[in-house]
Amino acid sequence: MAHPALQRLAELLPPERLLVQPQQLAAYESDGLTAFRQRPLAVAIPETSDEVIALVRLCHELELPFVARGSGTSLSGGSLPVAGGVVITLNRLNHILKLDPAQRIAVVEPGVINTQVTLSAAPHGLHYAPDPSSQSICTIGGNVAFNSGGAHCLKYGMTSNHVLGLKAVLATGEVVDWGGASRENVGPDWCGLFTGNEGLFGIALEITLQLLPRAECFHTVLAGYRTLEQAGDAVAAVIASGLLPGAMEIMDALALEAAVAAVHAEYPPDCEAVLIVELEGPREVVSADRVRLDEIIAASSPVEARPARDAEERLAIWKGRRSAFSAVGRLSPDFIVQDGVVPRRRLGEALRRIGEMSRESGLRCANVFHAGDGNLHPLILFDGRQPGALERAEALAGKILKMCVAMGGSLTGEHGIGMEKRDYLPDMFSAEEIDCMKRLRAAFDPLGIANPGKMFPGPEAPALTHHGLHPLEKAGVIFRE
Amino acid sequence: MSAALTPASIAELVEAVRSTPQLIAVGAGTKPRLSAVNVTKLSTTALRGLVEYEPSEFTFTALTGTPLREIIAALAERGQYLPFDPMLVDAGATLGGTVVAGLSGPGRFRFGGVRDFILAVQFVDGAGRLLRMGGKVVKNAAGFDLPKFFVGSLGRFGVLTEITFKVFPRPASRLTLKVEANTIEATARILTEAANSRWELDALDLLPDGSSICLRLAGPSAALESLADEILARWPGRKLTEAEADVLWAELREFQWAHTGLPLLKVALAPGDVVAFHQTIAALDGARAHISAGGNVAFVSLAAADQFAALDEKLRALQLSGVTLRGDAPLWSGTRTASKISHAVKAALDSENRFPSLDD
Repeated sequence: MAHPALQRLAELLPPERLLVQPQQLAAYESDGLTAFRQRPLAVAIPETSDEVIALVRLCHELELPFVARGSGTSLSGGSLPVAGGVVITLNRLNHILKLDPAQRIAVVEPGVINTQVTLSAAPHGLHYAPDPSSQSICTIGGNVAFNSGGAHCLKYGMTSNHVLGLKAVLATGEVVDWGGASRENVGPDWCGLFTGNEGLFGIALEITLQLLPRAECFHTVLAGYRTLEQAGDAVAAVIASGLLPGAMEIMDALALEAAVAAVHAEYPPDCEAVLIVELEGPREVVSADRVRLDEIIAASSPVEARPARDAEERLAIWKGRRSAFSAVGRLSPDFIVQDGVVPRRRLGEALRRIGEMSRESGLRCANVFHAGDGNLHPLILFDGRQPGALERAEALAGKILKMCVAMGGSLTGEHGIGMEKRDYLPDMFSAEEIDCMKRLRAAFDPLGIANPGKMFPGPEAPALTHHGLHPLEKAGVIFRE
Repeated sequence: MSAALTPASIAELVEAVRSTPQLIAVGAGTKPRLSAVNVTKLSTTALRGLVEYEPSEFTFTALTGTPLREIIAALAERGQYLPFDPMLVDAGATLGGTVVAGLSGPGRFRFGGVRDFILAVQFVDGAGRLLRMGGKVVKNAAGFDLPKFFVGSLGRFGVLTEITFKVFPRPASRLTLKVEANTIEATARILTEAANSRWELDALDLLPDGSSICLRLAGPSAALESLADEILARWPGRKLTEAEADVLWAELREFQWAHTGLPLLKVALAPGDVVAFHQTIAALDGARAHISAGGNVAFVSLAAADQFAALDEKLRALQLSGVTLRGDAPLWSGTRTASKISHAVKAALDSENRFPSLDD
């Protein structure tokens, strides 16, 4: 251990929990954004909050960059290591410290898997609402860092809407404890500010999450349309009706083709788009609302509308939807997923322009999106073995992002800026606004050691190299949403 | 209270901030303790009106001094509402004041409070820069979530100029039930069971009388009657008429139950604190509390200003925190932890201390 920092790290952790050999570090070089790869100096595997605090304080003392990492599913490269820095992996801090059904809260460590929270709460009739598609593998710590979303954000909000309390170690080594079991708060909303910090403020150690009673009843309809526009019009009609569905999702023809190939999903024939709408609530409310929804869908000229008749059919509809992203991997050796947001009324226009740009660039583009909140996920298909293909795909992705911002939307609905979109931050925020964010970052991290090189445009990026799908993604374990 | 400065445009507001060494923004003054600091007052009341409203997007942007009642009326015309259920609407409270006070009403029980519906802010920082944070769409994860930080920030970090909110379609109908419990323990049990039920209540409050629980249902009218019957089969009580319910919720919204001219506080609670908190209030002669949002927040009206010290001590013992909205009492009560980061963030947004600190 020649590097002086390694000696100091070795004082904090036993050798089996401090990885330094190249073959050990290889697994941590990349995250869900596989186009980037960077070998860290070391990977630290703490098992307790105190160990995390000690690690961060050491990093502060040595001005050693650190990157917190959960399951490494970030699609924006948020957990990409920093050269010469340490990756602090939090998977072993995976305890649900408290489950309090009476107060409808869970207190969890950052390495707890998203679905574990709902699984633990289910016996009490409760659930944890944020459901990113990678929920079976992604961690709550990562969800907090990137303010993850999912398919139910219009009605239930994103991760930040469900974080009631946070104990965290900031990049200065200060340990803070904000909020708690109450859904209300006195004073500035520190939990709100911390959630979505992209790892630039510090590391969450204990997170108090709000749980909600599981909806008693669901009504899920899958409707196929000849054109994407018709599907978009159906969404507009549902919104205008005053209904508030739990989820509204659209898949285009290419995404449907992928889902059929991957999980043998069955869709109405000759459709350019499929819309999924789901109502949820007490059975009396759902049975009143479903009559209206069924009328609206019937009036929207679908090729066919299929309401799920039972729980099994409902799960099949969602399985097809959730599989769509990794399934696209069957259509193309490589793909990039984007995460822009447009005002909902401009969805049709946005999709038309994505189609045009895709044709101009000669790259196919599949679309899966959260139609209820205007969150697009264009999947740009390319073959990384062809020279220049990745660069063309990146260029197309950039054009799509700029279009989203120009339409009055956002660069990212739920994946975060990370490494991937940092060069586009100035398209959405002025230089003064970015300076304000940098001052905030410096308040939490004056040395710039916490996840440096992310969110802000700058010179610290590693060279763009192509590496293909993440092995777990190829296996269909993680999903890009 | 006459404000020394009343800018009539955002440009004038920016100029006023730049040319005033120490100031705090004030809206309609419905929560006067929050800005009772000896610095120049900047009134936002001339900055009013909806800037953008897109019903199909579930979003609007309004100037900070817009009275809530104007927003509520504009949304109602399009069948939409503010799900965080703002307080002090008839009193003339403004949107900006509601945000920096962090004040939500009983309806926050269903979908969340101010923090859960704020999407973007435009504000002037301590250096007089006009900045935007957040995004004007219902889903956004770009940049730090400063809009949420402003909720409850008491105008100490900047002056809001425009605010963007998410809204929802207004439920077709509402039905309020009132049930009674004999003891506070029984009350707490009802709150817990009702909150965890399948009914998806719109509001769940313990009234200032200390024994009546109000449960509000919202949704298609056909469904509400059947849900109400099930609730009333579980606990004795009755359905309120629409007129009765309107009076009841208006009394709570406008703090008509509170002593006039005496301290009124907001206290953040957890449902598990309800019994001990209720006993604390009962021990203060004449003090009243409205426990709202299923036991997640309480509004406390003291019967005498000198009761504050006893309340403060009890809140600390219970590890609860409060903020005084009006009346002659210290701003903060209960537990408060000093953190270095609080000062560092203050310095990042207001390095010249143009706005008071949270300690002032």
